[in-house]
Amino acid sequence: MPAAAEIVFDHVTKRYEGRDSAAVDDLSLEIPAGSFCVLVGPSGGGKTTALKMVNRLIPFDSGEIRIDGRNIEELPLTELRRGIGYVIQQIGLFPHMTIGENIATVPRLLGWEKQRQRARSGELLELVGLDAADANRYPSQLSGGQRQRVGLARALAADPPLLLMDEPFGALDPITRHRLQTELRRLHRDVGKTIIFVTHDIDEAIQMGDRIAILREGGVLAQYDTPDAILAHPADDFVAQFIGGDRALRRLALRTVGEVPLESHPDAASDHWVASDTTVRNAVSLMLELKTDRLAVKDGDRILGTFRISDVSTLL
Amino acid sequence: MDGNGPVIPNFGRGDSCVTGDHTFCWGWVKDHWGDTLGPALWQHVELTVIAVVIGFAIAFPLALLAHRYRRLEQPFGALSALVYTVPSLALFQLLVPFTGLTLTTVEIALVGYTLVMLFPNIVAGLRSASDDVIEAARGMGLTRRQILLRVELPLAVPAIIGGLRIAVVSTVAISTIAGINVTSMGLGYPIYSALREPTPFKTEIYSAGLLAVALALGADLLLVAIRRTAVPWTRAVR
Repeated sequence: MPAAAEIVFDHVTKRYEGRDSAAVDDLSLEIPAGSFCVLVGPSGGGKTTALKMVNRLIPFDSGEIRIDGRNIEELPLTELRRGIGYVIQQIGLFPHMTIGENIATVPRLLGWEKQRQRARSGELLELVGLDAADANRYPSQLSGGQRQRVGLARALAADPPLLLMDEPFGALDPITRHRLQTELRRLHRDVGKTIIFVTHDIDEAIQMGDRIAILREGGVLAQYDTPDAILAHPADDFVAQFIGGDRALRRLALRTVGEVPLESHPDAASDHWVASDTTVRNAVSLMLELKTDRLAVKDGDRILGTFRISDVSTLL
Repeated sequence: MDGNGPVIPNFGRGDSCVTGDHTFCWGWVKDHWGDTLGPALWQHVELTVIAVVIGFAIAFPLALLAHRYRRLEQPFGALSALVYTVPSLALFQLLVPFTGLTLTTVEIALVGYTLVMLFPNIVAGLRSASDDVIEAARGMGLTRRQILLRVELPLAVPAIIGGLRIAVVSTVAISTIAGINVTSMGLGYPIYSALREPTPFKTEIYSAGLLAVALALGADLLLVAIRRTAVPWTRAVR
């Protein structure tokens, strides 16, 4: 199986019976292999519907969805689903199975040897930050955050080229949620799979996505672009309103000072410094707090140069 | 049997305890374990096991059907409840013209009663898997059959055993009535015989009654023990 898959929505429409407006209206979307695509929008925007069309939990009326060029409706249903990792907000772990058995669900369906199933469970537990000994525990013995880690491990078990995630962190407390968001970003970099991620939270979308598809009521695609491009050029008033008034600041949060072309000044030895992986937004905040217009940027002990408040305007 | 008292002609050697019909005579119990109480207890076990096994064999496929085709649940449920509303003594009498004073008559009635306890419990058990669990299972590519066998059935075990406990305990109780007016089987029969005497013989009534209670309790404990080993996940604590 390839490491990552390309997903194409080609004029896909879905109407639920007895509703006036479509759930998903003529959606066309190309999701490049290996990208982290976030579907975001208000409720009624059809983002979860769009997601569940990909593994055919929800049938659609017209159009076509292709994974690596293959029409999903022409693939055998079980084969399609076993090749797609699926993570939902309520997790849905099997309460009667141990963590190890839960993770090995798809490998078992695929007929892997017991030994290989066990090895894979252990490997994945480690990958998602749990202990290999947790394999013998039951879901009821874990916290919500731990359970969602298991949910993620279970989705990754057979190494699918595509992950579908439906508000996976929506039910977690903010601290756990933030930690898992960070780890999922890291995981995405490491395993290089295509991820389609649904959320109603624009902050989460901006933080997580390489690409964001904003869907509005009636299942209409309002804009599909990188977070930076959406923040810089919202397509219309709906998008502008949805992403909020502090667009410039949000864009600054997407860059680190290390990425900014810094002037290397001999007088860079400002009294104050920040690490190169600090976001521009946080650096600006620090400058405002310290009432200074420049900060030294350090990578470890090495001074990379000086970041000036005037550099900010060149970034926007 | 020396029959030295007109009041209690049939009960053993007639030591003073028996002839005086004292509250409880151990001697009588020991003497008549082999010819009366023991066989009655064993027959009672048989009556109960046959009824519950056949009841389960009928209720289980019906529950699977009702689970698969939801609109069948109401008619099935109503039918089994209807049987239960018929008083047991009346039901036995209703059946006698067709099946006679036989074991079949008793079992038809007993099986009917177990259905109302087993069917809804099995259906509820099959539904105890939450929607999230089912959605995750479908999303991972389990077929309907795999979902039933690997997810819904294992999760239904606690409710199924719960239904079996109620069915077994009630069948033990109802079976005593079967011994009274249909067959001479089970622990109901010694009670019936004792009651038929001009002066009911207390020891026989009490010993048979206590055996029925002990049987019900024992069977219940056995099922609780089975549940504990069959359902390890509910015992796991953080």
